[in-house]
Amino acid sequence: MSDSNTVTVDPFEEERPKETHFHARMAVLNIRENWAAWNGYKLANYFYDAEYEYFCVRNGCGTYDICGMQKYFVTGKDAEAMLNRMVTRDISEMNIDRVTYLVWCTDEGRLIDDGTVFKLGHEHFMLTCGSPSLAWLEKSCYGFKDVSIVDMSEGIAALALQGPTSCEVLKKMGLKDIDTLKPFGIKHFPFGASQDKPLMVSRTGFTGDLGYELWIKPELALKMWDSLYDAGEDYHIQPFGEAALNMARMEAGFIMPLMEFNEALKTIHFRHDHTPFQLNLDWLVDFKKPHFNGRAALLREKHDGPEYTLVKLDIEGNKPAEECNVYSDKGCENEIGYVTSAMWSPVVKANIALAMVKTKYLKGEIWAEIYYNKELRSYTKVSRCTVKEKPFWTHSRSRATPPLPY
Amino acid sequence: MNQYDAIVIGAGHNGLTNAAYLAKAGLEVLVVEKNDYIGGAAVSRELHEGWIYSSCSYVCSMMRQAIHRDLNLTKHGLILVPYLGNVAFGDNGETLVGYTDEEANYNALRKISPHDADAMFRLHADLARYAQLIRKTLLRTPPDPTSFRPRDVNELLWFAKQFWGLGEKELYEYIRFFTMSAADYLEDYLENDLIKATMASAGIIGTALGVYSPGSAYILLHHVMGDVDGNIGAWGLARGGMGAISQSLAGALQESGGEIRLNAGVRKILVKKQKAVGVVLENGDELYANIVVSNLDAKRTFTQCMDEDDLPPGIFKKAKNFKIRGSSGKVNIALSGLPKFNGVPNNRYVNRGGQAFVGSLETMERAYDDWKHGCWSKDPFIESVIPSAWDPTVAPPGKHWMSNFVQYCPAELADGPWTPEKRNTFGQIIVDKIERYSPGFRELIVHMEVRTPHEIEAEVGLTEGNIFQGELTIDQLLFNRPFPGYAQYRMPVKNMYMCGSSTHPGGGVSSACGANAAREILMDLRLGNTVPDDDFYDE
Repeated sequence: MSDSNTVTVDPFEEERPKETHFHARMAVLNIRENWAAWNGYKLANYFYDAEYEYFCVRNGCGTYDICGMQKYFVTGKDAEAMLNRMVTRDISEMNIDRVTYLVWCTDEGRLIDDGTVFKLGHEHFMLTCGSPSLAWLEKSCYGFKDVSIVDMSEGIAALALQGPTSCEVLKKMGLKDIDTLKPFGIKHFPFGASQDKPLMVSRTGFTGDLGYELWIKPELALKMWDSLYDAGEDYHIQPFGEAALNMARMEAGFIMPLMEFNEALKTIHFRHDHTPFQLNLDWLVDFKKPHFNGRAALLREKHDGPEYTLVKLDIEGNKPAEECNVYSDKGCENEIGYVTSAMWSPVVKANIALAMVKTKYLKGEIWAEIYYNKELRSYTKVSRCTVKEKPFWTHSRSRATPPLPY
Repeated sequence: MNQYDAIVIGAGHNGLTNAAYLAKAGLEVLVVEKNDYIGGAAVSRELHEGWIYSSCSYVCSMMRQAIHRDLNLTKHGLILVPYLGNVAFGDNGETLVGYTDEEANYNALRKISPHDADAMFRLHADLARYAQLIRKTLLRTPPDPTSFRPRDVNELLWFAKQFWGLGEKELYEYIRFFTMSAADYLEDYLENDLIKATMASAGIIGTALGVYSPGSAYILLHHVMGDVDGNIGAWGLARGGMGAISQSLAGALQESGGEIRLNAGVRKILVKKQKAVGVVLENGDELYANIVVSNLDAKRTFTQCMDEDDLPPGIFKKAKNFKIRGSSGKVNIALSGLPKFNGVPNNRYVNRGGQAFVGSLETMERAYDDWKHGCWSKDPFIESVIPSAWDPTVAPPGKHWMSNFVQYCPAELADGPWTPEKRNTFGQIIVDKIERYSPGFRELIVHMEVRTPHEIEAEVGLTEGNIFQGELTIDQLLFNRPFPGYAQYRMPVKNMYMCGSSTHPGGGVSSACGANAAREILMDLRLGNTVPDDDFYDE
């Protein structure tokens, strides 16, 4: 044993997950000590109770730490052209202080990742995405003279604030005219002693409800947290973890890497990655713009139609169809696809799932073979599935400006 | 228009459920409601600006998910939010915090009684087993044990199979359970009085029984058999108050073309040639329908809304003797801040969960004694919850309201009729008791609504203010509810049905009574059943 005055070196330091800019506050509220990790950072799986936290997002508001998300500044005269060649959506018409959701693909039209682009100035963009993408970004600069990529992942603290009361909380925090911010818009606000506007707020999120994301310098992160939680106290603010996020995003019908899609650059077997068409992201592919990565392959895919299509399923009964296959017959003889994510939706009171189904079988019957266990015994049941066109959960307040009262 | 396919009397949640299913099947349906608002006892009311009380029922765990899902109530605005944690207060300042997390809960129990902390696992397993069995019956019509019709025989066999499935030992236990008192039942498991009292309190809620009265064990089960998204025994709040449940059902009803008429109390159910043909409203209007469904309690339906001459002999008497005793009051209190309670950790979850002022088994029994003597309990059992701590829509930001369910409070006082003064004295007893556990509570009060059985009967129409539309004792359960021979929602007059909590499976905001009655009506009309079953929920 060392005495308390000796400074001991932690032999595991390098191995431990890093702490995000908000960790000091979140650690206090993580009563269950239930941590997951994201890109090397500690991230709560849940803090108190996953379902309760999910309900905060649907009922009050919650914060989700997105420091682990990758953020890149793409700047220079050629920044826009470079991004426009890399991604499948046309970003040339974007206005300053707007955000857009997009994907990028390999030359074979296979999805590398999805993310958002923030247009911060004529020659200044921020790209955010789930996985480290520095190498691909730099490769994508080939042929462009004036473009530079800076990895800002550690240099920006970011926190998502999601839920019906989120706008009220920001108003209470003193963010003037926040209610005029439109979906996918950006506003900059003064914060603390700073004369400039160090707090950037975008009306974006991953929960399908009203929500915002807050971006700030790391040295102001804890101060922002405190200010947000002071304002949110009477509006039911609560941190939420990955478990609750996953529930909310599934209801909203949003896709998640390693659930709905395998990133193309990390895929070993060529049939295990996806095209945007398979993921129902046709609307993100713009063939009207000039050449972009994967264009020819995607044109072919569009013409032939995707072999599989991601669909939303409403499944009989209440047993989540996690990791199960789907069939065109109740006897489960003709396998036609697989479930990517599944859950019991507490808000909708439905047994929901996202599934990859062979496109040609979509018009027919779909049956899921579900496995579940009770008190160590495992059971199987076959349940009928219905394809849903719309997200399982949406709320008009998430699109209205100003947002509707909570 | 004064001619409908069906008229449902009373826009409480079961009436609306029933009407929604009838309308969905294509019938022209009218719901008549005596008040100028819908909801019956599942209601949200803004009695003080900015505060929305769930005036009567206040929490929800029995709402049938199958119905919520089938009628798409979420689309019509319904969100059920679970609330976490509960604190029980003992007579001498002891507290028992019930945590959501199993490990935390075990530790809290262990601090008071290591024996009980351990025994609680067996108690919960046994209760869950019983609850599972009862839960399966909720969305089923009880079989008539004296009938030889194939449907009844099949259904009886189904029941028998479920019971036999328990195994021989459990079968005996189960039968014993139905006739035991909550306190005696718990005696076999627990030793600590506060823990026993906390568990036993669920056995008296809404009923004119004491913790030592035979039959209260079943009431306990009735209160723990619900679930929120599969978390058995958990309780939820409807976002926007309990009225959100009724509003969403009304939304489903209106989407299918159903109508609701407010300020339309029913004076009489019209009967011609032993057939129900319509209703006469308080204002004298006559409305006609092929089918009349009463969502009123059995006593009110038969003794207030029907002529004795229109009924077969005996029914009027049975209805008159139907056990529907008023035993509880409700005090809704708007607060300028969140109250703090003695001995409760100041953490953001448990200091705003539910509160149960149980005292002890002895205190609860004495409270019952007062009721027997025609007086409200001087030291009552109070079950409280602060909905605004979980739902941002029911009080202004930073403000709160507290729902206090009080046991016992008689419908009729020994010293003469209820008066506003007596009501206020009753209200003050509640405030005094809470103040004992939460010094400074009184100063937080902004507005108060005190409801004795007298007010509940006058406003909602529940006889004696009985929250279950009739006691949940074995003589009034399953095929005995409301009366033997009339448990299948068809009433002694042709074309007349009942769909309220006076029918199986009884009280609670479950929508089950209304849905079961709709199933029977659709069957009689040969329209094909569209009411879902929920068997799969316990598979």
